[in-house]
Amino acid sequence: MVKTHTPPFLSINDLDATFPDGNGGLQVLKSISFSVYPQEFVCVLGPSGSGKSTLLRILAGLLPPTSGEIVFQNHKQPRIGFVFQQANLMPWRTTLQNITLPLELENIPADVARRKAQELIDLIGLNGFESSLPRDLSGGMAQRVALARALAHDPDVLLLDEPFGMLDALTRERMWTELSRIWQVSQKTVIMVTHSISESLFLADRVLVLTARPGRIKLDLPVNFPHPRLEEIRYTKHFGALARELKDSIE
Amino acid sequence: MPRYFSAGFFVAREPILIILYIKNMNHSIKKDIRDPLIPIDYRIESPVRNNSIQANPWVSLNRKLREMFRFIHRTQNIWIPLFTFVLGIALWEAFARLSGLPAFIIPPPSLVAKRFEIALLDGSLLQNTLVTFLEVLLGLLTGTCSAVLVGYTIAKSKGFEHLVSPFLVASQAIPIVAIAPLMIIWFGPGLLSKVLICALIVFFPVLVNTVVGLRNVPHSLDELMRSLHATRRQMLQLLEIPSALPIFLGGLKIGATLSVIGAVVGEFVGSDKGLGFLINIGRGQYDTALVFVAVFTLVFLALSLYGSVLYLERQLLAWQNNH
Ligand SMILES: Nc1ncnc2c1ncn2[C@@H]1O[C@H](COP(=O)(O)OP(=O)(O)OP(=O)(O)O)[C@@H](O)[C@H]1O
Ligand SMILES: [Mg+2]
Repeated sequence: MVKTHTPPFLSINDLDATFPDGNGGLQVLKSISFSVYPQEFVCVLGPSGSGKSTLLRILAGLLPPTSGEIVFQNHKQPRIGFVFQQANLMPWRTTLQNITLPLELENIPADVARRKAQELIDLIGLNGFESSLPRDLSGGMAQRVALARALAHDPDVLLLDEPFGMLDALTRERMWTELSRIWQVSQKTVIMVTHSISESLFLADRVLVLTARPGRIKLDLPVNFPHPRLEEIRYTKHFGALARELKDSIE
Repeated sequence: MPRYFSAGFFVAREPILIILYIKNMNHSIKKDIRDPLIPIDYRIESPVRNNSIQANPWVSLNRKLREMFRFIHRTQNIWIPLFTFVLGIALWEAFARLSGLPAFIIPPPSLVAKRFEIALLDGSLLQNTLVTFLEVLLGLLTGTCSAVLVGYTIAKSKGFEHLVSPFLVASQAIPIVAIAPLMIIWFGPGLLSKVLICALIVFFPVLVNTVVGLRNVPHSLDELMRSLHATRRQMLQLLEIPSALPIFLGGLKIGATLSVIGAVVGEFVGSDKGLGFLINIGRGQYDTALVFVAVFTLVFLALSLYGSVLYLERQLLAWQNNH
């Protein structure tokens, strides 16, 4: 379903990111170049501190790159659904209000926004928590709310920074299936940072592996399992081989 | 109730000292709101307990009364301070009678009460209280509005901050009593000069808290809003105001009590109306009971204002309260 014959959704050319510090700056990303095609699901793996979150921030336009360029299809900033590494909910808003935020920002009528948010609450399995405040949610629940919020305004691209990091194994696998389904139905482009090899192999069309700081692309691995993927693929030989390759490349 | 005491305490002190308190207040605000000293049994009410409570008419009456006085109840048990208050009055009465000192030095509370009644009946108390109240309120409003505007600009522009902050800090070295005569000379003995004095005294604490509040906006939420391409107005309305509100309201609480001080100082310096004027009259005529009446009314005024802001805080920051 990836259309590599079409122009890329986004291409990154020779991107560097350096944070100022006392002595010469801290180089976090070094000569990163890759393209992401429309409706592609790309996972980014890498050791802690390799600049994965920084890369997502740059893609979202939250941080200017030190050098290099990012070109989006049609040359305009896409509409983004961002799930941050921390749930990052507004503490004064209820679950429902947090999810409707992106719709409010686009001036969608309140009742339409409400209905959409309610659908998403059903999806993330938080019925009954519509009017709970973030402080009354567990870490995993909050993270699911953050995912629902990122989906609310039907963005062109999802940028996910370890969205399932705080979930228990069972919920996490259910969310994989859900995300995979949403992605296939909505035909979004997804770039997701993760620490989990099996998560990346279960979801992605392609896995990028970054080196330790300064992060460079060490491996660009296509994952050619057909969608929808079932649990069983995890026990196949091919899955094992890909997992091995990723693991070796990370270490 | 401790807050009420501290408000009364503030009224009795030099304004400059209070400004030094601001920093400490800022630190305690968050905890203050989260920990409103609610009686434990009020906080935890499981449905099961509710049923058993309903069965007992006394308990349910008690509960209804509590609902009515919920605000007071939340603040603290009212009986202990009330007892202290009554005891203090009794001691004062005894001392005034037994010491043999003349009433113009220490009027007993009973005389103060009588004077209060007279002042109330001839309308002078109400009239002067209204004058002071109007000054305080308009001053608070003017001071707060200008502080918010300047505070927002400071929080948003480093250049503006460097430009004005030396002047702002220096201005705090001048006590308000020194500025008050100037205000009277320039703007006359009427309402305007008092409003300006109140506004001046309110300005700084509200300004500081506005700036601190706006700087308090979590960076991660700022990034969220930017990732969603929020406009400046949406940023202000949906992120900056809600996150700055707790600290801003802390400043407003201080400003509310300071405004009362401003009005009285202004009236002392030049005025023919208001509670400060009443105190001056009482002093001149050795009518010390009247001085007490005016002082108590001032304390009451300050506490009501403080309580109103506290109430506003509870309404607006319900998301921070322990249910
Ligand atoms: N705003 C910033 N200013 C200075 N240094 C920063 C900033 N943001 C990140 N860094 C540094 O950049 C490096 C990479 O950070 P980043 O958050 O991108 O790593 P990461 O790959 O997401 O790590 P993790 O897997 O632990 O989340 C770290 O060393 C971090 O200290
Ligand atoms: Mg990260």
